[in-house]
Amino acid sequence: MTTLTAKWRGGLVYAGVVVVVACCLAPFYWMLVSSLRRTGDIFDTTPLPSPLSFENYRAVFDPAQGFGRALLNSLVVAGITTVLALLLATFTAYAMARLEFRFKRLILTLIIATSMFPVVSIVVPLLKLFTDIGWINTYQSMIVPSMSFALPLAVWNLTTFFRQMPDELEHAAMVDGCTRGQAFRKVIVPLAAPGIFTTAIITFIAAWNEFLIALSMTNKPGMQTATVAISKFTGATTYETPFGSQMAAGVLVTVPLVVMVLLFQRRIVAGLTAGAAK
Amino acid sequence: MTELPAETGVRARPRRPAARGRATAGAGRLAALLVSPTLLVLAVVVLYPTLMALKESLYGAKGLDPSTGFISATEPFVGLRNYADIFGEAGARFFNAFWNTTFFTVVTVSLETVVGVAMALIMHRAFRGRALVRAGILVPWAVPTAISGLLWRWIFNSDGVANALLGQQILWTTEGFHAKVAVIVAEVWKTAPFIGLLVLAGLQVIPKEVYEAARMDGARPVRQFWHITLPLVKPALLVAVLFRCMDALRMFDLPYILVGAQKHSVETLSMLAQNEASNVRFGPASAYAVILFLYVFLIALAFVRLLGTDLVGGGDGRRPRRTEVTA
Amino acid sequence: MTTRTTIRATAFAATGLLLAACGGGSGQDDGKPSFEGRGPITYVAGKDTTGTVQPMLDRWNKAHPKEKVTFIQLPTDADAQRQQMIQNAETKSDAYTVLSLDVVWTSEFAAHQWIDRLPGKRFPMGKMLKPVVETSRYRGGLYAVPSSSDGGMLYYRTDLLKKAGVTRPPATWGEMTAACAKVKRLPEAKGMSCYAGQFQKYEGLTVNFAEAVHSAGGRVTDANGTPDVDTPEAKKGLDFLARSFEDGTIPKEAATYQEEDGRQAFQSGKLVFLRNWPYMYSLAQKSGVKGKFAVAPLPGLNGPGSSSLGGHNMAVSASARNKATALDFIEFMTSEKNTRTFLEDASVAPPYAALYDDKALIGQYPYLPVLKESILRAVPRPRVVQYGDVTSAVQQETYAALNGEKSSERALKDLQKQLRKAVAR
Repeated sequence: MTTLTAKWRGGLVYAGVVVVVACCLAPFYWMLVSSLRRTGDIFDTTPLPSPLSFENYRAVFDPAQGFGRALLNSLVVAGITTVLALLLATFTAYAMARLEFRFKRLILTLIIATSMFPVVSIVVPLLKLFTDIGWINTYQSMIVPSMSFALPLAVWNLTTFFRQMPDELEHAAMVDGCTRGQAFRKVIVPLAAPGIFTTAIITFIAAWNEFLIALSMTNKPGMQTATVAISKFTGATTYETPFGSQMAAGVLVTVPLVVMVLLFQRRIVAGLTAGAAK
Repeated sequence: MTELPAETGVRARPRRPAARGRATAGAGRLAALLVSPTLLVLAVVVLYPTLMALKESLYGAKGLDPSTGFISATEPFVGLRNYADIFGEAGARFFNAFWNTTFFTVVTVSLETVVGVAMALIMHRAFRGRALVRAGILVPWAVPTAISGLLWRWIFNSDGVANALLGQQILWTTEGFHAKVAVIVAEVWKTAPFIGLLVLAGLQVIPKEVYEAARMDGARPVRQFWHITLPLVKPALLVAVLFRCMDALRMFDLPYILVGAQKHSVETLSMLAQNEASNVRFGPASAYAVILFLYVFLIALAFVRLLGTDLVGGGDGRRPRRTEVTA
Repeated sequence: MTTRTTIRATAFAATGLLLAACGGGSGQDDGKPSFEGRGPITYVAGKDTTGTVQPMLDRWNKAHPKEKVTFIQLPTDADAQRQQMIQNAETKSDAYTVLSLDVVWTSEFAAHQWIDRLPGKRFPMGKMLKPVVETSRYRGGLYAVPSSSDGGMLYYRTDLLKKAGVTRPPATWGEMTAACAKVKRLPEAKGMSCYAGQFQKYEGLTVNFAEAVHSAGGRVTDANGTPDVDTPEAKKGLDFLARSFEDGTIPKEAATYQEEDGRQAFQSGKLVFLRNWPYMYSLAQKSGVKGKFAVAPLPGLNGPGSSSLGGHNMAVSASARNKATALDFIEFMTSEKNTRTFLEDASVAPPYAALYDDKALIGQYPYLPVLKESILRAVPRPRVVQYGDVTSAVQQETYAALNGEKSSERALKDLQKQLRKAVAR
C-alpha cells in the first residue's frame, strides 16, 4: 500500500519535472529550430526545419563577426565580475549574517538601493568618468559597472544562505580550536555550497547578459562582448532582419553557459562540500 | 576538522544564543572591515553617477536659439520644474506608465513566485537527473533578454507559432490588453527560473534531519510544506522576490523589443526615461529616473521593514525568528 | 585623452552642466570650422551589411598609409547607432571622426553642433539628385554629404494584373483599388489582400504617413519646419490609409508590419500591391513570386505619389581630430566612382543622378529608372531638430487613426497641436 503510494507520488513528481522542463525548453526549442532554417524559410512554422541548414551558424562564425572573440570577452568580463562580486560579498554577507552592529539594516537597504538606479541614467556619467581616466576599451570599464548589480545580488543572497546555517556548528568548531575565519571557511562555506553555487550562477548570468554598458564602453571589435556582437548581426541588407543568425547566436550564447553549469556544478559543489560534516 | 554531533543539525538551526544579540565594539570594527570594500565599490560605480543624475534632473533641456538655429550650449537651471512637468503636463502618460509598471510587477512577480516555488519543489524531489533538470530550467534565465525579446516577438508575430497553435489571428504587438499578456508570458518564462533556482538552493541547505523529524511526527505533505518547508525557505524566497520586484519595476528591454516603443499598453517608467534621454533631454530623463528610483526604493524599504526579521535577522532587536520546527 | 580635455571634462561633469563649461569644441567658431590636421581617423556607421565597406577602406588605407581609417561598426538598430553617436558627442570624445548619419538626423546633429558645417564648394552637389541634397542641409548650410539614398516603390503582381486585364500599373490610389477589385475576382486571388506598407508603430509608419500626405498634395511641415498638417489635403492622405484599413483593402495584420513582414506577405502571395524599399527586389526574385512582379512609382491621389527618402549622409564629428583627412575621406567615399562600386557590389542606391541612367547598371538592377523617378518626386521627412518628438507624435496619431480610435480629422488636429509643441521645445 505505502509502496504503491510512494510509486504513485514518484511518478507524479517526474510528470511534474517533465512539464516544468517542457515549459522552460519549448520556446528555446523554437529558437533552435529557427536557427536551423535557411534564411528563405525563416517564416515557416513547421515543427522541424526542412531542409536542415547550418548557414546561420556559419554566418555567426564568419571571422568578420568576431563572435568567438566576443564569447571569450564575455567569459572574461562575467567571470571576473562573478569572482570579485562573490569575494567581496562573502565578507560582507558574513558580517551581515553573523555579526551584530549598528546600522546593519540601513547598510543592507543601501546596498540593495544602489542596484536600483536605471542603467540608462548611470551610463552617461560613467562614460564621462571612464573616458577621462582612459578606461574606454578595457575589461575593467565593463567589470566595474557590472559590480553595481552583481554585488548587491551576491551580498543579499549569500547573507540569507549564511543565516540559514546554524551558529552552533561554528561555535562547536571554535570550541575545537578553529579561529572565527577557519570556522567560517571550513564549516559554513561547505554547508552553504548549494547556495553559493547558485549565487555564482545567477551573478554570472546577470553579468553575461549585460548589454548597454558593454556597448557604450567599447568601440573596438576586439573588445566587444557577445551581446554586443549579436546586436551587430545583420541581414544582407539594411531592412532584412537577421533573425536566423540572431537566434543561432542566442543558442550559442546560452548553450555553453548551461553546459558549463552542468560540468562545474558537480565539481564545484563537491569541492566546496569536501571536508564538511558527512 | 571538527566532528559535528549528529543531532546538531536538527536542533541547532533555529535557536539563537543570547550572546550573539549584543552589538559589541569588536564586532562593529570587524563588521566595518568586512563591509567597507563592498560599500566602497558601490559608492564608485553607483553613488557617483546617481548623484550626477540627481543634479542633472534640476536642469532643463537645451533650447533652440531661433536666430542662429543652434541649440544653446547650456542647460538652463529649472529647479523642480522637470518634476512638476512629469506630474502636470506629461501627467497622463506618466500615470499610465506608472500603472503599467506596477501592474507588470505585481502580476509577473506573483506568477513567478508560484511557478518558481513549484519548480523548486519538483526539482528538489527529483533526485535522479537533478543536475540535468536544473540545467534545463536555467535555460530561459540564461538567454540574454534582448534575444528572448526577439524570440518572443517572433513567436507572437501575426503569422507566428503562437497564433498557429491557438488557431487564432491575434495581433499581439498592437495596442491592447493582449500586448500586456505577451509581455507577461515572456517575462514569467524568463524569470521564474530565477526564483526557482534560489528557492531550490534554499531547500538544499535545509538540513535533511528537519524533514525526517517532521516525517516521524507524521506531518502530511501539505502541512509539511506550509509549516516547515515554506518558513525555512522564506528568507531565500523573499530575497528572490525582492530582487525580482526591483528588476520588474525597471522593466525595459522586453516590452521595448517585443511590442515596441511608444506603445501605451506596455509603456513602463524606464521606457519613458529612455525616451526622454534619446531625445537629448537629459534633465527630464534624470527626473524620471529619480522618481523611478524613489518608487523602487520605497518598495525595497517596505520589504525590509515588513519582513526585515526574515531578511536581515533579529539583529536589530526585533521579534525572534520563527523557531517552531515540529509540525 | 589630453590633460586639458580631462580637466575640462571633469569640470563640467562636476557642475553637471553637460556642455556648459566649454561651449563649442575647438575650431568651430561662428560656424566656420577649420578643417585642419592629418592622421588616422575613424569611420563610424551601422554594421556593414554587405561586406563592401572594409575593402573600400583598405583601398583608401593603401593610398594613405599615414591617414589610415579604422571602421567602427555600431549595432544594426538605427536608434542604437544614434544613441552611441550622441553619447560620443556629449562626452566630447575624439573616438569618432566621420559619422554615417541617417538622413533624418542631419538637422538634429547640426543644430546641436555635434557635426561641423562643411565647405560646400568642395563636393559635387550639383550632380546629385536634388531631394537627396536637401537632406544634407540645415538652415542653408551644408552639414553632410549624401553617400546613399533610398525611396519607396510600389511592388505589384504582374501575372495577376495581366490576367485581370489591367495593362499598366496604377498611378493613383483610385486606379489601384479598381485594379485590386478586378484581380480579386480571379479564382487564384482568393484570400488575397490588396495593399500593404509599413504600419507597425515605428519609424516606418512615419514614412508611410508622410508619403500618403505628400501624395495627396499635403505636407507635414513647411519649408521652415513649421507644422502644417491640419489641412484638407493631409486629411485626404490619411483618409486613404484609414479607409483602406476599414474596408479591408489593407489587411488588419498590416498594423503589425515592418518591412520584412510585408515582404513575407507579398512573397507568399497574400498581397497584390506592396509599398517597400528597393532592397526587396533581389530577395523577391529568389522567392515564389519570381518573375511575377514588377515595380512602379508610388501612386497618389490624383497622379503619381511622392516617396519619403531614406539613405545616409556622411558628416564630421565636431569633437574629432584630423579633420582635413576626414574631408578627404568623405570626398573619397561619396565620389561617383565609389558610390557606383557600392551600387554594383551591394545594391546601395547612389546619390548621383547619372548612375540611374547607366545602361549596364540598369541591366543589373532593372528597378533603377523607377527608383530615380521615386527619389526625384520624393519629399524628405520633416527636417526638424526635434525629429524624435515629431516622429513619435506622428506615429501616435496615425496609429490612432488607422485603428479607428480617432477620426482622421481629430487625429490631424491633435497632431498639429503636438507638432507645434514639439518644434517649440
